[in-house]
Amino acid sequence: MSEPLLSLKGVNTYYGESHILHDLSFDLYKGEIVGILGRNGVGKTTTLQSILGIPAPRTGEVRLSGEPISGLPTHSIVARGVGWVPQGHRIFPTLTVVENIELAAARARPGSWSVEKVYDAFPRLHVRRDAHGGSLSGGEQQMLAIARALVQNPDIFLMDEPSEGLSPLIVQEVGALIRRLNAEGGTILLVEQNLAFALSIADRILIMAKGAIVYSGTPDDIRNDPDITHRFLGMGAVAAE
Amino acid sequence: MAAVRASRISKSYGAFVALKDVDLLVAPGERRAIIGPNGAGKTTLFSIIAGQKQPTSGTISINGSETTGARPDQLWARGLSRTFQRNQLFQNLTVWENVELACSAHYRGFSTSVSRDALEEEIGGILERVNLLGSHDVRVANMAYGGQRQLELALALAGRPKILLLDEPTAGMSPAETQAMLKMMIALPRDMTILIVEHDMDVVFSLADRVMVLNLGEVLADGTVQEIQNDKNVSEIYMGKAL
Repeated sequence: MSEPLLSLKGVNTYYGESHILHDLSFDLYKGEIVGILGRNGVGKTTTLQSILGIPAPRTGEVRLSGEPISGLPTHSIVARGVGWVPQGHRIFPTLTVVENIELAAARARPGSWSVEKVYDAFPRLHVRRDAHGGSLSGGEQQMLAIARALVQNPDIFLMDEPSEGLSPLIVQEVGALIRRLNAEGGTILLVEQNLAFALSIADRILIMAKGAIVYSGTPDDIRNDPDITHRFLGMGAVAAE
Repeated sequence: MAAVRASRISKSYGAFVALKDVDLLVAPGERRAIIGPNGAGKTTLFSIIAGQKQPTSGTISINGSETTGARPDQLWARGLSRTFQRNQLFQNLTVWENVELACSAHYRGFSTSVSRDALEEEIGGILERVNLLGSHDVRVANMAYGGQRQLELALALAGRPKILLLDEPTAGMSPAETQAMLKMMIALPRDMTILIVEHDMDVVFSLADRVMVLNLGEVLADGTVQEIQNDKNVSEIYMGKAL
């Protein structure tokens, strides 16, 4: 198998004295969509943030295209092609929609995602382009957070619950957008609580518990074995597509 | 007499029209869901009903009395509580302390203070209802997100609401947490009027008696769960195909 695009080996991350990630290891290959599932509080968001160095792992290693990136400042990791769609929107509330997007695009890497192409993907943001970020609805803020990552043209998208707060139709459109990014060569690492959404777009699923990977399989593996969702996610069987 | 009546509510921000001539009539004890695409005006309508925002035009009545322009604390004292899309909790206090603060607000200004036993009984009852009694001494900052959402519900219940507004109560929850929250909401007293904004259609269709659909600030549809499920416009604009 080829060299992974992103590789975590023996990562241990702490918040103060709280040990969150325990010897976490996994690989992400170019062109993959990998979903990370797990109950709240198991370290899914911390995994994405450790890749970005906020905070950096205390021990272990994160490699991007074979080069170590753990310990680098976050802006340097982003400049190497790692894009982030944070949970909870994290947009600038006092800037307008267009200012939020243009600020993200200011130091973007070359690529196909322009401000206009983003408006094409999210027409609602074009309608609201002069509104302040803080005046947007929760779902509109989520779209803006995704848009800000798109215009940076990263190689890898780290997406933290991109479907949260979105209406069912927009969730489907975000799913289609992720597939489109993937078809254009993008690699996606996705943290999700929406199990049906994650299973519908991911090539591979990792399930976390207590800061470690406890299961790895395909969406079909999970659909075909109700015991997996019961044991690791505390829920009933998943309906087949 | 309606528990909540919104008459021709409009809200504009400059040239942007967030709500336009919205009418809403909710009967006492009814469980009404408000759904719609992102940016449809759902949370804005909640904020106007709960007094956090003032309408540009139109009136709100609660239990037959006009409340347009009333402050949130005045509405809270009249039995209207709400939760928020993003938790509004004291992160450095414990679960118990958060609920105690909310419950204590009832006794502010009373010449005689409530007995400690009665207050503790009230707090314990609320925490039991939201399955947090076992976590009463946990600092909120150390709780998982699902637990924080349950505490958000507890704080709303501390207002002893007759009318409860729930703004996306299951957003960001794991599937198991969503199921647990749904059970809690279904188990709320049947005479409590509930308005819920929610994108999880399993939750909406399990909980609601009726559903109103907002689109671009206007009422697109209003009907029973079955009527809304069969409405082609709603499917096209909001639901798409089921995931």
